[in-house]
Amino acid sequence: MAVHKHDDHQHEHGSELSEMQLRVRALETILTEKGYVDSVALDAVIEAFETKIGPHNGARVVAKAWTDPAFKRALLEDGSKTVGTLGHVSRVGDHLVVVENTSQRHNMVVCTLCSCYPWEMLGLPPVWYKSAPYRSRVVKDPRGVLADFGVTLPKDIEIRVWDSTAETRFLVLPMRPAGTEGWSEERLAELITRDSMIGTGLVKKPAGAA
Amino acid sequence: MSNGAHDMGGMDGFGKVELEPNEPVFHAAWEGRVLALQRAMSYAGAWNIDMSRAAQEGLSPQAYLTASYYRRWALAMERNVLNRGLASADELAAGHALHPAKTLKRKLTPDIVKSGLTRGSFYRPSQAPARFAPGNRVRAKNIHPKTHTRLPRYVRGHVGVIERLHGCHVFPDTVAIDQGENPQWLYTVVFESRELWGDDADPMLKISIDAFEPYLEPA
Repeated sequence: MAVHKHDDHQHEHGSELSEMQLRVRALETILTEKGYVDSVALDAVIEAFETKIGPHNGARVVAKAWTDPAFKRALLEDGSKTVGTLGHVSRVGDHLVVVENTSQRHNMVVCTLCSCYPWEMLGLPPVWYKSAPYRSRVVKDPRGVLADFGVTLPKDIEIRVWDSTAETRFLVLPMRPAGTEGWSEERLAELITRDSMIGTGLVKKPAGAA
Repeated sequence: MSNGAHDMGGMDGFGKVELEPNEPVFHAAWEGRVLALQRAMSYAGAWNIDMSRAAQEGLSPQAYLTASYYRRWALAMERNVLNRGLASADELAAGHALHPAKTLKRKLTPDIVKSGLTRGSFYRPSQAPARFAPGNRVRAKNIHPKTHTRLPRYVRGHVGVIERLHGCHVFPDTVAIDQGENPQWLYTVVFESRELWGDDADPMLKISIDAFEPYLEPA
C-alpha cells in the first residue's frame, strides 16, 4: 500500500481527516474515557521511540564487542545479561541473542510471520522489514534480497537466516573492518549501520582505509 | 488463524524489497498513536502479544495484504477491544465511551514510560525435562491448527537439527486463545536449504526457526 506522507497534516486546501486518523482518534478517545489509557503516557511512548530508542543502542554494543574480547564472548554466550551490564541500554528484556558474522558465515534476521525485531537495540523496524517482499523471500533467496540492498557476498560464504518465530530477538554482530586498529568505541560506532545489525547490509568502510 | 496470509515465508511474486532512504519513525501521527495504544493496552493486561498477532492473522488475506502495517495493528486492536468486551460497536461508531468500563489490572503512566520501557519476560518454570538436546534430529510436525500458531508452513514436515535450547517459554498456541501460558521448551532448529526448497536451492544457505517443543517430533 502506498504511503501517504502528508496523511496526517492539514492540507492547505482544507482540513479533511483521513479514515485512519478518524478511526484511531475514536479508539484513543474511547480507551481514554474508559480510563484504560493515559494520553500523556502515549505521548511519552511516542517520544521515546522518536528520540531515544534507535540503532545507536545496538551500535554501541557492537563497538564494545569489537574492542573488548571478554565482553564479546559474554555477549555471544548471553546477549540479554551482557547488554544489561551497559547501563543505559539495559532495558533489553530477557531474550536477546547475538549472532556473529565471520569470514565463513553471514547472518540475516527476519520475522516471516509478523515483525519481530530487537526494538531496544535498533528502534522500530523499517517498513521494508515488515513488508511481504522481505518476509517472503529472505528465507528462500537471501542473496537475491541482498542484491536489492546492493550487497553481494562471495558464493562460498554460508548464509544463515534466523526466522524470529518466538520471543527471542536476534542482533547480528557484523565483522570489524580492517583499517580500524586502535579506534575508539565512539569512532567505531559511527561505522555500524542499522542494516549491518539485521544482516541486509555491511558496515561502512572506514575513511582512509584501503 | 494458522494458514493465513501472514505466513509468507517462501511465497513468490511480491517483488523487490523497496528501501526508503531517511525513513521517518512514523509516516503519519496516527501510526505513533496506534503503537502507543498497543503498548499501553498490553501493559494494562487487556490482551497479550499472541492475541494481538492472532487478531491480525484473523483478517482476510485480502485485507491483510493490502493494509499498511499500522492499519493492520489498528484493525486488530479494534477486534480485540470488541472481542474482549472492553468497548462495544456502538462506542466505536460514536467515537466516545457510552457504557461503563471494565477493570484492567494496571495503567501505563507517564512516570513508568519515562523510567524506561522494559520488555516483559517470557521465561516460565519448566513443567518437565526438555525432550531434545542440541544435535538431535527433529521433524517439524505437519500440523494445521485453525487457531494461532508460530510454526511457519514452510518448515512443516521437514527435518532439521536442534542447535540451541532457549529455556522454557509461554506457549503462544494456548495463551492466544485464553487457554493459559502452558510453558514449553523452546529450541532453535536449523534446516538445510535443500530440505526446504529442493535440489535447486542455494547449498550455502541454512534457515532456522525457534520452535516450541510441541511443534517437534524425533526424526
